[in-house]
Amino acid sequence: MSSHAITVTINGRVYRATVPARMTLVDFLRDELRLTGTHVGCEHGVCGACSIMFEGRPIRSCLMFAAQADGASITTVEGLAPEPGGLSVLQDSFWETHALQCGYCTPGMLIAAHALLMRIPNPTDEEIREAISGNLCRCTGYKQIVDAVKLAAERLSGKNQNG
Amino acid sequence: MKAAEFDYARAADLDDVFRLLDGAQGEAKIIAGGQTLVPLLVMRLARPTLVVDINGIAELSGIAADETGVTFGAATRQIDALEAAGVARHAPLLKKALALVGHPQTRNRGTIGGSLANADPAAEIGLIARTLDAEIEARSSAGGRQIAADAFFTGAMSTVLSAEECLTKVRFPVWPGRVGTGFEEMSNRRSDFALVAVACQVAIDKAGVCTRIALGVGGAEPVPVRASDAEKRLIGTRLESADINAALNTLAETLDPLSDVHASADYRRRVAVHLAARTIASARDEARA
Repeated sequence: MSSHAITVTINGRVYRATVPARMTLVDFLRDELRLTGTHVGCEHGVCGACSIMFEGRPIRSCLMFAAQADGASITTVEGLAPEPGGLSVLQDSFWETHALQCGYCTPGMLIAAHALLMRIPNPTDEEIREAISGNLCRCTGYKQIVDAVKLAAERLSGKNQNG
Repeated sequence: MKAAEFDYARAADLDDVFRLLDGAQGEAKIIAGGQTLVPLLVMRLARPTLVVDINGIAELSGIAADETGVTFGAATRQIDALEAAGVARHAPLLKKALALVGHPQTRNRGTIGGSLANADPAAEIGLIARTLDAEIEARSSAGGRQIAADAFFTGAMSTVLSAEECLTKVRFPVWPGRVGTGFEEMSNRRSDFALVAVACQVAIDKAGVCTRIALGVGGAEPVPVRASDAEKRLIGTRLESADINAALNTLAETLDPLSDVHASADYRRRVAVHLAARTIASARDEARA
């Protein structure tokens, strides 16, 4: 099996590594770089827990090989927080509205919602549900997640200064 | 689940692709978006010795749209097709279908040609290719060929492409005149695979009479199919409810759906007829508007 030298920029930091051809990007992030914020669930593109930002767009990192990411710029859930230990407005909104229970889907949900808010600052419920349609949650019934994204949108646009 | 071992090569251009495919004794697989192939690899349903990455090849990407047709480089991302103004204007049926292909994360990687080449029976893009009689271009070291969509799919996950060929382009013809489109699908969950999907495009004359119609059904049989008998019965009518219902009796008789854990053949047949009625009506209304 071939192995490949790659250079990847993740959350602003440059990483260099040599990876076997069959290593998926999510396994590279978690097992090689110990960036375990990105979760891995189904490993075949169904659950969405492994969602990351790849070249500015949300993708699932279990459906790419690390060798394919050479030269790419990636943001993982670790890159959403403003500083270590802090929470982004979106993350804080998830906390505020009880948008997680077990937390397994949360990194993927945050990435999907983050990508949506970058594209559409004030999304409708319909647009939020479409944006998270590739992310399974078995706890919340999705209602609180939709509420969290709406709350984050309000806070980010300055309509809600209290929360 | 982890893929079996394979070699990976990023092709610099099409000649590089052909060289790599020719050297792999039929055991190579092309990867573009990977949204169908990677699940097959990690479940070990596919075990190629070589995976050839075509993502960096500029000539395989891009959209050209005009009044006669919309042409995609095979590795054009589904999201780029969905957002292209030329696709909305000249291939509105494809745009409606693209909005239901997977979900945002898979559309951002998945490609137009990859969906065709992997030929999932539930895939929307293959259904539109079959419905609109798309022309598919494949190339190899031996040269190129054009393949009509009705001769392209040979079974579930199977096409006429050889292991040495690379799908390079697909062209969706544009119909002249007053045209309307409709697309509907039924799935267990939003963004999940379609149990049945139906696509319809109609053209009507000034009197509102149907002069041309294409009605395609996906997800029901191993390959996307056309409801040819129903199409013939609808040409020359004004596509009123009675015309539609009469024509769809033939669809219920001729469609031969799959039965699996998700839905029985009978259920798929009934859903196909209902969705067909809706898509014809919405295509008609759009053409009249």
